[in-house]
Amino acid sequence: MTTLARTDVPRSSAPGPLATAWSRVWRARRLVERNILVYRHQWIIIVSGAFEPVFYLLGIGLGLGAIIEPFELANGRVVAYAAFVAPALVASAAMNGAVFETIFNVFFKLNYAKTYDGVLATPMGITEIALGELLWALMRSTLYAVVMFLLMLAMGLILSPLGVLMVPAALLVAAAFAAAGLAGTSFLRTVNDFDIPLGLIVMPMFLFSGTFFPIEGVLPDWLVTIITFTPLYHGIGLIRGLSTGIVGLEQLVSLGYLVAFFGVCLWIAMRQMERKLIK
Amino acid sequence: MTTPEPPSSLVHARGLTKRYANGFTAVDGVDFDVHPGRAFGFLGPNGAGKTSTMRMIACSSPITEGTLRVIGMDPRTQAREIKARLGVVPQIDNLDTELTVRENLEMYARYFDIPRDVADERTEELLAFVQLSERAKDQVEPLSGGMKRRLTIARALINDPNLVILDEPTTGLDPQARHLLWERLYQLKRRGRTLIITTHYMDEAEQLCDHLVVMDKAKIVAEGSPRQLIDQHSTREVLELRFTDAVRSGLDGKLDGLADRVEELPDRFLLYTTDGERTLEQVHARSIPVESALVRRSSLEDVFLRLTGRSLIE
Amino acid sequence: MTVLAGSGRVWQRNFLVYRRLWHRSIAFGFLQPVLFLTAMGIGVGALMSNQDLAAFGGVPYIDWLGPGLLSAMAMQTATFESTYPIMNKIMWGRNYEAMLSTPLETRNLVIGELFWVAFRIGTLAAVFLVVLAVFGIVRSPFAVLAIPVAMLIGVAFSSCLLAFTATQRNDVGFSALFRFVINPLFLFSGTFFPLSNLPDQVAWIAWLTPLYHGVQLVRGLVLDSLSLAAAPIHLAYLLTMLSVGVFLADRNLRRRMAG
Repeated sequence: MTTLARTDVPRSSAPGPLATAWSRVWRARRLVERNILVYRHQWIIIVSGAFEPVFYLLGIGLGLGAIIEPFELANGRVVAYAAFVAPALVASAAMNGAVFETIFNVFFKLNYAKTYDGVLATPMGITEIALGELLWALMRSTLYAVVMFLLMLAMGLILSPLGVLMVPAALLVAAAFAAAGLAGTSFLRTVNDFDIPLGLIVMPMFLFSGTFFPIEGVLPDWLVTIITFTPLYHGIGLIRGLSTGIVGLEQLVSLGYLVAFFGVCLWIAMRQMERKLIK
Repeated sequence: MTTPEPPSSLVHARGLTKRYANGFTAVDGVDFDVHPGRAFGFLGPNGAGKTSTMRMIACSSPITEGTLRVIGMDPRTQAREIKARLGVVPQIDNLDTELTVRENLEMYARYFDIPRDVADERTEELLAFVQLSERAKDQVEPLSGGMKRRLTIARALINDPNLVILDEPTTGLDPQARHLLWERLYQLKRRGRTLIITTHYMDEAEQLCDHLVVMDKAKIVAEGSPRQLIDQHSTREVLELRFTDAVRSGLDGKLDGLADRVEELPDRFLLYTTDGERTLEQVHARSIPVESALVRRSSLEDVFLRLTGRSLIE
Repeated sequence: MTVLAGSGRVWQRNFLVYRRLWHRSIAFGFLQPVLFLTAMGIGVGALMSNQDLAAFGGVPYIDWLGPGLLSAMAMQTATFESTYPIMNKIMWGRNYEAMLSTPLETRNLVIGELFWVAFRIGTLAAVFLVVLAVFGIVRSPFAVLAIPVAMLIGVAFSSCLLAFTATQRNDVGFSALFRFVINPLFLFSGTFFPLSNLPDQVAWIAWLTPLYHGVQLVRGLVLDSLSLAAAPIHLAYLLTMLSVGVFLADRNLRRRMAG
């Protein structure tokens, strides 16, 4: 500590753009470490998040599944109601886990605790912060996705070996919604504003993206068209396709949609965070 | 713009300008050089542009115009490398309120990629240095303002920085906390750290800083050591006179010629002279009834008054 | 001052704040059950054949679901009002502190907050009942009584939640409450499917829970299927829950504000 000030700092020769990008992604893990440190004693909160989709599966999946006869999907496959609902709940769990984490906690850190200001005085930049929060949300969602996968396995609701891919697919959904949450949180000004994205976007998506019933033929055509442009619909389409073993063009389209959605939201999120944190 | 920077300059600024999105110019073409091993001060009232300058040096605010080199590097292109060598104590604490005292230091070390064993050692040293070892396991929220500031200083040192920037470090602290902080900053100076301090307290500037830059309204109005500034811009002593309202209204030139300079303030007059006592005798000799008189040495406050016509503290 | 007058003051303050936000809270407190009604009622209902509907007493699923959602809405609103806003008043906003340095007592605070919850639920329930009527679900004029029953459900929950909130110092407890109490109640109290579908052991646990009784009453009133034998039991359950809740809330709040 008694070192005198040094001025012989080696000048860094500028590293290539790929190396720079990778170093930022790698450094982002520090923010995950920080969140782990904070939640170390509150892990109950994190674990308890896994119960919600489980309850929905047991409740609506089994409860209504006992009443509703197995029915035919649009592509001809016949599924039991529980096997129809379960994969959709995995997608929704990925969505809820990611969105709630980013919207609430990041909002708090951004606007009240000013936590990021301190972090930005170190080599951690906006990129690292955004990616770090994204990674953290992904970690939580992984937990929920794995729990649901194991439950589905135990209940015999996975109808195909492709079902193993459900977990990485759920992570993609989680990443997409985490990025969306990061992007959205920067537009919220006060705590009251939360109602809008949650009540007007997340909740309707949860109910009308084909989670509990197939929307084709039930909802008016114009509404179905609109819904096919929303992210959860594609998340559900992809994951349900994998668990029921029906993988075709539709699933590829959904995959592409989710990747594109993720990219766009991430771009918006970083631009917005920069605007808020760098003046 | 190719003025070669003096090789030993830790911070080199030429024509440095900061203009915000709303058009407000906070820093207007300032030049300065900060040399290692010294305590460099920015003295000026609130709104002078000190904080904006600090934020540009710390690479947290983009430069609008001019040249700035920090530890030989350009903030525009090497911000992360510069930040790795800096320690920053901001005006408003931004400690991580979700972590404990010790965890704040540990986590900060992680942000700098400091190996865990080195980080642990430094954490203990720094906690002892700022006298917070006993509070290591406490949450940050309940700490007093002075303790939070000390923790921020410890945090700013975790990466063994070349340069420590402190923006108004004692503003808002009670006198006891201020003195404790000054004492710690003194220690840092003695151990050879380069400090940049901004302040609007003249006693802080006089006591801590080897070299001062006086800022007002986005520009630098004077530069030098505290002693030099006082010698250059003020007399050795100041005679402060207070009069009753009646006497004051009838003063009318009676104080002329008594001193090098006379400054009229709302509640008193300042007579700038080499020998205050003698000037006071002369005042009495002119039969001017004085309510109270005080002879004191010139201070930076007087320097600032001279240069800008205003006081440092509003 | 009398309990009534004092409580009225508490209600008044809430109303002043609410006046500015009422659009938003009507929209959201009400939007969720309506969305659930259309999605589940119409969407899932479309998957059911006539045989399936036997499980629901022969009525269309959406009819069976509607009253269940009304009751659930009462519980959700009570939860919303009795957790964070109350903690806010105790801890951060320090409203209760200020109020208690006037002639108001904790008793007034509790009852005042209950009046407030009852008012909010009453308005939401009335609007939701209109929606149910528009969907053709209402089968009896006695359905209007569903509004006071919903209010009873609400204050019964609210009183117990107030007792809980008064003991909390951070929102960790709330997370557990929502996840392990409120959400399961929402799903398993006969809201979406009859309890007879649950295994027996689980079914009687559900019978013990408050929302179940509220759902039975409301559904019976709206669909004109109320069992006159069971109704007093359901009512008694809710009233007991309310009394116990008020007692505990008053005690806990008094201890909290004194300590």
